[in-house]
Amino acid sequence: MADRVKLQIDGKTVEAPAGALLINVARQAGIDIPAFCYYDGLALQAACRMCLVEVEKAPKLLAACTLPVTDGMVVRTETAQVREARKAMLEFLLTNHPLDCPVCDKGGECELQDAVFRYGAGESRFTEEKLHVPEAQWSPVVYYDAPRCILCYRCVRICDEGLGVRALGVVNRGATTEIAPNRGDHLECDECGMCIDICPVGALTSGIYRYKTRPWEMKHVGTICTHCGDGCKTTLGVYGGQIIRGNNRDRSGINDEFLCIKGRYAFDFVHHPDRLRTPLVRRNGQLVETSWAEALDLVARKFSEVKARGRKFGVIGSNRTTNEENYVLQTFVRQGLGTNNLDHHRTGDVVSLVAALAGRQGALAASADLYQRKAALIVAADLAQQHPLLAFLLRANWRHHQARVYVVTPGPVREDSYAVRSVRAPSGEELAAVESLRDALAAEPELVILFGDSVKGERVRRLVEFGDSLGISVQYVCLLDYSNSRGAADMGVLPDLLPGYAPVEASGAPPGLTLPEMLDAPDLDVLWVIGANPLARRALTSKEAFVVVQDLFLTETAARADVILPAASAYEKTGTVTNTCGEVQRLRKAVEIPGTKSDLEIFGLLARRMGLPFGPWRPEEVWEEIRANVSGYNVPSALLAAGGAFPTFPASGLHSVRPKPELIRSAGDTLFTSGTLGRYCKTLSSVREAPGTLYRS
Amino acid sequence: MLYNEPSPLEVRLLTRRFGLPNSASIETYLATEGYVAFRKALQMSPEQIIEEVKISNLRGRGGAGFPTGLKWSFVPRQSPKPKFVVVNADEGEPGTCKDRVLMENDPHQLLEGMLIAGLAVGAHTGYIYIRGEYRYLIEIMDRAIEEAYQHGYLGKNILGSGFDFDVYTHTGAGSYECGEESALLESLEGKRGIPRIRPPFPAVVGAFQCPTVLNNVETFCAIPAIIRDGGAAFAALGTPKNGGTRLFAISGHVNRPGVYELPMGFNLLRMIHEVAGGIRNGKKLKAVIPGGTSCPVLKAEECDIPMDFDSLARAKSMLGSGGVIVMDEDTCMVKVALRIMKFYAHESCGWCVPCREGTLWLKKLLTRFHEGQGRRSEIDLIGGLARNMLGRTFCPLGDAAAMPTISLVEKFYEEFEAHLDGKPCPYEIKTAVRV
Ligand SMILES: Cc1cc2nc3c(=O)[nH]c(=O)nc-3n(C[C@H](O)[C@H](O)[C@H](O)COP(=O)(O)O)c2cc1C
Ligand code: SF4
Ligand code: SF4
Ligand code: SF4
Ligand code: FES
Repeated sequence: MADRVKLQIDGKTVEAPAGALLINVARQAGIDIPAFCYYDGLALQAACRMCLVEVEKAPKLLAACTLPVTDGMVVRTETAQVREARKAMLEFLLTNHPLDCPVCDKGGECELQDAVFRYGAGESRFTEEKLHVPEAQWSPVVYYDAPRCILCYRCVRICDEGLGVRALGVVNRGATTEIAPNRGDHLECDECGMCIDICPVGALTSGIYRYKTRPWEMKHVGTICTHCGDGCKTTLGVYGGQIIRGNNRDRSGINDEFLCIKGRYAFDFVHHPDRLRTPLVRRNGQLVETSWAEALDLVARKFSEVKARGRKFGVIGSNRTTNEENYVLQTFVRQGLGTNNLDHHRTGDVVSLVAALAGRQGALAASADLYQRKAALIVAADLAQQHPLLAFLLRANWRHHQARVYVVTPGPVREDSYAVRSVRAPSGEELAAVESLRDALAAEPELVILFGDSVKGERVRRLVEFGDSLGISVQYVCLLDYSNSRGAADMGVLPDLLPGYAPVEASGAPPGLTLPEMLDAPDLDVLWVIGANPLARRALTSKEAFVVVQDLFLTETAARADVILPAASAYEKTGTVTNTCGEVQRLRKAVEIPGTKSDLEIFGLLARRMGLPFGPWRPEEVWEEIRANVSGYNVPSALLAAGGAFPTFPASGLHSVRPKPELIRSAGDTLFTSGTLGRYCKTLSSVREAPGTLYRS
Repeated sequence: MLYNEPSPLEVRLLTRRFGLPNSASIETYLATEGYVAFRKALQMSPEQIIEEVKISNLRGRGGAGFPTGLKWSFVPRQSPKPKFVVVNADEGEPGTCKDRVLMENDPHQLLEGMLIAGLAVGAHTGYIYIRGEYRYLIEIMDRAIEEAYQHGYLGKNILGSGFDFDVYTHTGAGSYECGEESALLESLEGKRGIPRIRPPFPAVVGAFQCPTVLNNVETFCAIPAIIRDGGAAFAALGTPKNGGTRLFAISGHVNRPGVYELPMGFNLLRMIHEVAGGIRNGKKLKAVIPGGTSCPVLKAEECDIPMDFDSLARAKSMLGSGGVIVMDEDTCMVKVALRIMKFYAHESCGWCVPCREGTLWLKKLLTRFHEGQGRRSEIDLIGGLARNMLGRTFCPLGDAAAMPTISLVEKFYEEFEAHLDGKPCPYEIKTAVRV
């Protein structure tokens, strides 16, 4: 424990750890010191001079952002001299600032505006000509307007320190100093927009949001990103029924302010012109528009008929639908259709991990553990490409806490740049390389092991055995691709496991067909696909199968359908999703797309038409049922509703797995892809494909 | 001619070899007590060397006048890291050109000073950061370094003492700001020449994050004399707390501009009239900037003053880098303010707000003012803006821009008034200073 000191700020006696920065100590005491260049968690700059305060015995004003507190220090933050200095700094800043606030995207959310409003002068004394430089577009995502830039260097630091991308730099000197992109006139980077959102003014703006509206005209809806498995909170800005912005400036959620390009900008699929807005049925070989009633009737009739004849169903669930939908789907399929032929595209072997851990509490890492634990081992995963948040958290852990990171991957990854050891091992042969790190890992006080899809089946058990044999506390993350991949497994969208990984045998029925078995079965009568695109990768063998698809777009699978029911996306419904670390979080509905229905609603309508003894369902009620019935999900609903993220731990786990490694395969998405959905995100297709993980420098 | 005609009033200690044939060669150096001080220092303990420098009352010749012995004593004795000796040869202060003649005429004196500093703090590597415009000096220094290696004064196990020392020259890569010690270190490391947050100071965390002794060329050049003749002898040449001699670069409207080595505390008026031959064309003295453009201006009547750090501080100016800029009665002080501000606006690194924006604003304002487009209220604005910069910038460059400006407005207010309301500059034709 560091020594504590007592000091006085504006007459208040404050206690703080010795060496803490005055600006933070003051803020914690409720005294706000204005700052542009100081930014939590990033390197100190002392450049903007907004934070100057009076310190007794100091001959001049001192910058609070770089001043460590000492015992007995007496600080004044609101004296005439201090206010006068702030006013002077703002006057200097405004000399070359264009003052085009009325048309600036940042207007209303601008830290410079706010500071001038609080501390600035009422009139301008500057009557010279302003410097002007034309605005530049650096990428489809990033625009830079140099005259608005106040040179706080936040963007440079977040890109360098935060992401390890180092795409932004500083050029020229004096008043002509500017921020510059790494390729001279354009950017080659992650296009995450972190720099844009961290910019206190409107110097960096996004190609997606520019000139769309004024911030106060939007409704802000905090929900969970629907793309990768990391589960970032994203706040969607809705104007006129359209999502026009995504960010996480309130720094809530597991991701603080982090978002990759997908969470920040890849919401545009919602309003894509190809979006299905009417049910379609196949007539004379053609898909034609029809009404919901007619489409649902047709499906219900067909399902009832096939069920009555005891024939074969195959049902494929989704990695992106909610826990509630997945839970209801498995109830519907098992109890309503009387089959276990239920599966989803498994992107990582969480089933084997749960089995190997056999209910051991605390053995799964939460995302916060990636920021806090002393050491981590990445096995067979390109974190920066496939799990941007986890990569960000791990890097922050290294920056702030000197975390020791080990890497075992087939090729170079961005984490190599700070890893203590990087070992190259071909896919599938990583465990031997992991073994070679044994002594180093055993010397660590604790460890988080993250593993990708090539560690599956038997290898997962061996990896856990390895972890156990180290004699230190080890936690695991089974890396999964999409926003609710983990939830699909937890909710039992599997042929052999019920919700909470309880074996189906317990219910007396044999396990059902797996996804490829369904597609390969020559006698399949019905294929029902909810939010998945299995036919993009594997053909459907049964020519006779009646295919029902619930989706947003006319995918390869939908193109083969007999009935297509236009579904609502994650941004159009409520419910919960569980990320790759097993944290459950709540979705909030941002917009509604006329003509579509949520999968949960569709299930209810079908159940009623089939005369089944359940439904309709409301997400809140299903959630309570999940809490009561699914092992590990008994988390506090109220806190969840308030935006919390809770780790779930499937406690049963004592099942015997039938390892089916052939079923496990990551879609291998990059920063700029997101499975089938990614094709419908214009922003993702507009940026230049990430050149691997590493940028030329 | 390498160097102006010497003056009989000079006390030639650091410049004693100037004018000797081949003064830059190691042969000349060795023939004139060269490396004697270093041999002596080899027999001394680090503490003894530092003590001798403290006794000498040597104060940094780069501008700030910090006591050199004290600075060296801040370098941690026990450090697991290597230590460095860095020479600030960026010599960017307008009106200053003394480091240049020291390196040109007597490069070995500088190397010997570095070697002794290395002994004093336990450093084995030295860098000489030479401003880009002094490219020819890099050749001279490199030649001297080569000679020193050949004669066994650099390299491994120097003179069989077990002491190793290597020296490298490094071209300046940036603006005036790169002469500021922490910006210099950044530049030396290959980064943008932006100053660092201090503390920590270079003595503790300097080049490559290691403890570093960083001094001006002239400061290092004084070291051999101090060790050779003893600190007390050096101190005795100057005034209390201001030891030794100093190289004054006298420029402007004098008959014999040049670099003169004079004892600390030498009277400024005598310097102008007796050393530099008086004001040109029989004109009257109007003002002097006593230590490079970063220093507040002195009016003629303030110039009867001993030139040492403390006397000038009492007169609210500074001895700075010893660049004495003399201005006669025909000089337009608004134009002086403008010319100075142009320099600082051009050289500001741009890191911090008040300097980056303040120098540009003042440059534009003064330009307009000098063209006769000033308004009365703006006279105070000039001083006011400079005061808004003063003491609030990230590094002292902002102060350096503000201080002369404030003093010019204060002391020559009526000249600013003479430029108002479209009046042409009353000195326009006669002024020699080109803007
Ligand atoms: C803007 C600025 C420019 C400077 N330029 C120089 C320079 O060119 N040469 C120099 O020796 N010191 C210069 N200095 C002073 C150095 O920061 C430092 O104080 C000095 O090199 C230390 O050496 P000394 O103690 O021997 O004087 C400059 C300082 C500032 C603030
Ligand atoms: S672009 Fe924005 S974040 Fe970057 S330096 Fe300029 S003001 Fe700061
Ligand atoms: S890291 Fe994953 S969850 Fe977070 S914004 Fe990106 S795609 Fe979305
Ligand atoms: S005062 Fe500020 S802008 Fe000026 S040179 Fe120093 S750090 Fe750079
Ligand atoms: S916040 Fe302290 S100088 Fe910018």
